[in-house]
Amino acid sequence: MAIDPQPEAAIPAGGPGAGPAAPEQEGKDRSDYSPWRLAFNRFLRNRVAVAFLVLFFLIVVFLLAAPLWAHHVAHTGPNQTHTVEKLHVGGEVREVVTVEGKPIGPQWLEADGKFFLGADSRLGRDEMVRLMYGGRISLFIGIVSGLITTTLAVILGLLAGYYRGWVDTVIARTLDVLWSLPVLLFGIALGVSLAVGGLKIGPLELSGGSVWVPIFVISIFTIPYVARPIRGEVLALSEKEFVEAAIAQGAGPGRVMFAEILPNLASTIIVFFTLNIANNMLFEAALSFLGAGVQPPNSSWGTMISIGVELLTTQPLLAIVPGVMIMLTVLSLNIVGDGLRDALDPRSKVRLGARTGVAEIEGASV
Amino acid sequence: MLRFVIRRLIGMVFVLFVVSILVFLIFNVIPNSPPAQRLAGKNATPVLVKSIEEEWGFDESLPVQYVTMMKNVFTGELTSYSPRIPVNDQIQEGIPATFSLSIGAGIIWLSFGLLLGYLAATRAGGWLDRALTGVAIAGISIPVFLLAPVLIYFLTYKLEIFPNGGYVKLTEDPWEWFTHLILPWFTLAVLSIGFYSRVLRSNMLDVMNEDYVRTARAKGLSEGRVMTRHVLRNSLIPIVTLFGLDFGATIAGTAIITEVLYGITGVGYYAAHAISNFELPPIMGVTLYGAFFVVFINTLVDIAYAYLDPRVRLGASAQ
Repeated sequence: MAIDPQPEAAIPAGGPGAGPAAPEQEGKDRSDYSPWRLAFNRFLRNRVAVAFLVLFFLIVVFLLAAPLWAHHVAHTGPNQTHTVEKLHVGGEVREVVTVEGKPIGPQWLEADGKFFLGADSRLGRDEMVRLMYGGRISLFIGIVSGLITTTLAVILGLLAGYYRGWVDTVIARTLDVLWSLPVLLFGIALGVSLAVGGLKIGPLELSGGSVWVPIFVISIFTIPYVARPIRGEVLALSEKEFVEAAIAQGAGPGRVMFAEILPNLASTIIVFFTLNIANNMLFEAALSFLGAGVQPPNSSWGTMISIGVELLTTQPLLAIVPGVMIMLTVLSLNIVGDGLRDALDPRSKVRLGARTGVAEIEGASV
Repeated sequence: MLRFVIRRLIGMVFVLFVVSILVFLIFNVIPNSPPAQRLAGKNATPVLVKSIEEEWGFDESLPVQYVTMMKNVFTGELTSYSPRIPVNDQIQEGIPATFSLSIGAGIIWLSFGLLLGYLAATRAGGWLDRALTGVAIAGISIPVFLLAPVLIYFLTYKLEIFPNGGYVKLTEDPWEWFTHLILPWFTLAVLSIGFYSRVLRSNMLDVMNEDYVRTARAKGLSEGRVMTRHVLRNSLIPIVTLFGLDFGATIAGTAIITEVLYGITGVGYYAAHAISNFELPPIMGVTLYGAFFVVFINTLVDIAYAYLDPRVRLGASAQ
């Protein structure tokens, strides 16, 4: 990553793991490219990371297509129940939910896409439609809480690393305590407490069933995982000559922090943001699975699994498909994040599998 | 060493205090609905809410309320209100199951992780090494609530290798206890095996470059002896810390989901049941005890670490 202000010095050509320095552009000197361009080229050479980035985009497209599938194929909504309806497949009539309360199994394309994955429970909701809409909520919570966590973590890291002294002591100790807590337990405690009563702080008002409750809970408890490494980097950066030069030119603390140091954190922030989304999605799924996250009638992949395991013996796909979706999304984000780290910071020793690498992204994972 | 231990213990008391304040904030202070209403549960009568309000002193000042809460939890007076059951009794009842699950899983992931990590380090770059990297990446991405349903469906229902969920007390029938716990143990452990093997591998590769390893080789020690006595021993120190932290986190967290999926009636199962009924007193109790347990374990780990590695305690007292 571009710690030094001069781009040429920042990124040495090629890096460990980048393989033999393939001449990606003939006839042009490498130093003509910006560090971002070089990093981009390096990322493209990482086949696995590119493949998983494509997979992630496919998942996003799949989720974005939810309304299309719901309106034009399944003709139902994610929370719409079909307790007494019957399905005409060929000449056959099938009940969506039998008298005993057993939901219909996967129909694949037999019923023109209706109940593609079957019905979810005795309520007879279309599992495929719920999978798509639930995934939107899961991903939304992951991304929004990732944005909040990263923003707060960067601000805290900058303040602690730049001012040092008692500011640093207070922030760093608080993060240490938060980091050592059993986050899942505290997430459950806060999630349930808020789900029962909602939240009201000044202008901020949340009802108990809002998806912003899990977002709030997840954002708070994952801050240390991002803020601690950022603080460490700010500590190192604020020793550099360019910071000294900025101060000598009369730049105030705000300008030094946000105009001088912050741009140098860009690559770290991008990597941690990616990994943080994955981590937060796992956290959300765990909370929702236990009933302390997304509340009905909304659904997420986590709540779908908790409904699905009730019918594990007869309809195993109800629990397994949302689980596989979570795994694919999280896996692709983790591998892309790792690839970004390699591409943006070829000198970094922090790799997935190296101690610090996994420890940092493991975080609150379940 | 004594100075270090005392410093750590003082630190622990401080963190315990902060943790209890945090729990207090979550349940009593955060301004949402009236706390008595929340504690009483969904179907509370006004009479019950009124009596809870008096019992917990919600009209008193915050410090008084805090003391009341701590007193309620630690004297065993904390009860769930529908039906009235003391929380501490329920937690105590669940502890053997939770510990059976977590300790067994810990033993499995530690022994397999170390064995595979050692093999990977001594054959760095080989197929085992690469396979373990893959397992480690998958391990942080596969959620327990995918792994467990897959294992239960295929191994329990389809192939009928393992008994169908539940927990059998060790004192009742040791063999049944064991067979009922095999799948849960592996569910909890599998994902950590890859991770621990990676950690040990990278530690060992670091240590192999140390001067004293070269010295050991130069004085003619066999390769096996260099690896076990010099490299492995020094690589294990960070693992102790990691294991302590993970073990605490497993008991007070990760085990909850595994317990629910396999129907193991431990503390986590009890907590999850309370969540689905939105009963707050059990969650308050479990959170407070769980967090205290984790802080306590972390302190023990710090002390063990300082004992194993003199550099830590000397560095700490020099500050």
